[in-house]
Amino acid sequence: MKIFKSIIIALIFIGLIWVDLPESIKTKYKISSQIEFNVFEINFKKDFTTKLGLDLKGGSSLIFEADTGKVKKEDLNDALNSARDVIERRINFFGVTEPQIQTVKTGDKYRLNVDLPGINNYEEAIKLIGQTAQLTFRELPGEKIATNTPIFLQLTKDTGLSGIHILKSTVEFDSQTGKPQVGLKFNQKGTELFASITKRNIGKPVGIFLDNIPLTTPNVQTEIPDGSAVITGNFTTDETKKLVIAINSGALPLPIKLVEQKNIGPSLGEVEVRKSVYAGAVGLIMVLLFMIIYYGRLGFIASLGLLIYGLISLFIFKAIPLVLTLPGVAGFILSIGMAVDSNILIFERIKEEQRKGRSFDIAVRLGFGRAIDAIKDANVTTLTVAFILFNPLNWEFLPQFGMVRGFALTLAIGVGTSLFTGVVITKRLIDMFYKNKI
Amino acid sequence: MINFLKYRWLYFLISAVVIGAGLFSITKWGFRYSIDFTGGSNFEYQINKVVEKSKIEKVLDLNKISVVSLKLQDKNILLRTKVLDQNKESLLKKDLEAKLKIKITVLRSETVGPILGKEAINKTLIASILATIGILIYMSFAFKGFNFAFSAVLAMLHDLLVVVGTYSLLGHFFGAEVDTMFVTAVLTTMSFSVHDTIVIFDKIREYHKEQGLIDSETAANQALTETMVRSLNNSMTIVFMLLSLTMMGGSTIRFFIMTLLIGTITGTYSSPFVATPILVWLEKHRNK
Repeated sequence: MKIFKSIIIALIFIGLIWVDLPESIKTKYKISSQIEFNVFEINFKKDFTTKLGLDLKGGSSLIFEADTGKVKKEDLNDALNSARDVIERRINFFGVTEPQIQTVKTGDKYRLNVDLPGINNYEEAIKLIGQTAQLTFRELPGEKIATNTPIFLQLTKDTGLSGIHILKSTVEFDSQTGKPQVGLKFNQKGTELFASITKRNIGKPVGIFLDNIPLTTPNVQTEIPDGSAVITGNFTTDETKKLVIAINSGALPLPIKLVEQKNIGPSLGEVEVRKSVYAGAVGLIMVLLFMIIYYGRLGFIASLGLLIYGLISLFIFKAIPLVLTLPGVAGFILSIGMAVDSNILIFERIKEEQRKGRSFDIAVRLGFGRAIDAIKDANVTTLTVAFILFNPLNWEFLPQFGMVRGFALTLAIGVGTSLFTGVVITKRLIDMFYKNKI
Repeated sequence: MINFLKYRWLYFLISAVVIGAGLFSITKWGFRYSIDFTGGSNFEYQINKVVEKSKIEKVLDLNKISVVSLKLQDKNILLRTKVLDQNKESLLKKDLEAKLKIKITVLRSETVGPILGKEAINKTLIASILATIGILIYMSFAFKGFNFAFSAVLAMLHDLLVVVGTYSLLGHFFGAEVDTMFVTAVLTTMSFSVHDTIVIFDKIREYHKEQGLIDSETAANQALTETMVRSLNNSMTIVFMLLSLTMMGGSTIRFFIMTLLIGTITGTYSSPFVATPILVWLEKHRNK
């Protein structure tokens, strides 16, 4: 039974180290930071990688303010959502991994927070995002192009018909196949243009592009004089809805204005991280040395506990996954300090009991019991503060900006973990190391 | 047992001097606000060869850019301006590259509209007030008495004043700017301050319980004697971490870490020397 327990603990420990190992360290056996397994046909896949925030990794954080003056109140949410989708589509065009786009309401102002980690060419990105969604219709240019290029690349001539000529776009279903499609209704000018485009292109393709991305390139069958068109394709209902929203927002733009941008070059972040990690390591070693010199064997145990604490916290960071920013690192460091505090509190209590003439064994037991109250109260207040700063319900009147929240989250995780390691693990370790001595 | 409370006047004097210096600095020099609060643009460029400052100034002048400050550190240009939009920045960069025959790498470029900062300040204030109320309520329950909670919060306000005041001095002499990171540091100090105070109060509470109604001054002195080593040791470990970060860590977090350092020191100091005397005073007056 005892051996069984030891094996489980050893396995957990190895698991922790395995997950915590930095991705940059290459070993002989290829370590993958991904866990994947199947249970009852449910696929579990978890990626354990450290996610670095913009300030560490470099990238852009942009805040746009939406001009809601021209939009009716009941359409506001739709308009904002479609603006969000449009921006997301444009960013994907840039190939940014894990962009984050949030709509934030503050008072009567609506903002869009766009985070683009790792992007270098922020000037391009800002320009691209700032446009309003544009639907364009294109036809074949007069001269012949090699026929082996894809159709949508051949369609280069702008017909002059665009999103501003669209009255409305709706989700429709094909009466024969039941497939969803996008219905377009043109205004008067658009109807005229569309009629003449279809007339001169019978038998030839006309392409419909959204933000320069081809949606469909159908061949024109007949002239269409009634000012309506459909975009068909292999869309799901959901995709069709999104398209309709995007087209509507292109036609009825919700102007957005850039009010804040923070761009951090990748090199700056790298230097900062390296320096801070180095400094953190030196600080940690000093703390461990201090504990060992001052408290002797107990200090050594506390140091072990602290290392385990570091492993567990890092595991939680990677498992959530939590985006690490500089304030986040600071929160973590503070929580290390508080974790050490729990140990010091306990040790001082133990010493106190020993001074009263109690045997070490009893002193340990009493010391732990006595220290718990202080540890609990102190940590609960810290957790309260972290909770309010993190603003989990995203209340408007509390900070919604990322820096403070990142700090609060790592602090909360750190304090929570330290309650566990500082009390439970240290006790186990003391039991383990002293059992044979008594 | 050491009679710590005998030197009350000394603690009061130390606090008064530190806070006084801070308040003096706040009224005389105020704060340096970062663009987070005032709005504006910050640029940090790295260039491939050293150029004269006056040449850069000339190009800025030609582009009609309202410069707030310009610093040149070796091959790094630190430029702060009034709000500069994207197009203007691109033009300026190209112009600098062409006229000075240099190559610019953008290390950092930030533009903040003026409204956002004020909002952030207001929100953080509300959050702090809520956090304070939370602490008051929790401590009143945990310690079964309002006096404990009240003195802990007063000590917290003391630390807040110390940190804010010293930061104004740091701003005046070393150019530290008030930004969202500073706000975070102040909030940390506040939670650390209470954290530290609770440990001592826990001891005092224990003596009350164990030895019946001994007068609170004796209980307090006894508690201080017993917890002094722990307070110092604990702060020492945090100070180790922060000191190494201040001296070797990245430059963007230097003032942030320094603020945390000051916060830790005053947070440790205020627990025995501010919170405890106030508590004893309050308890005495209640008993009369």
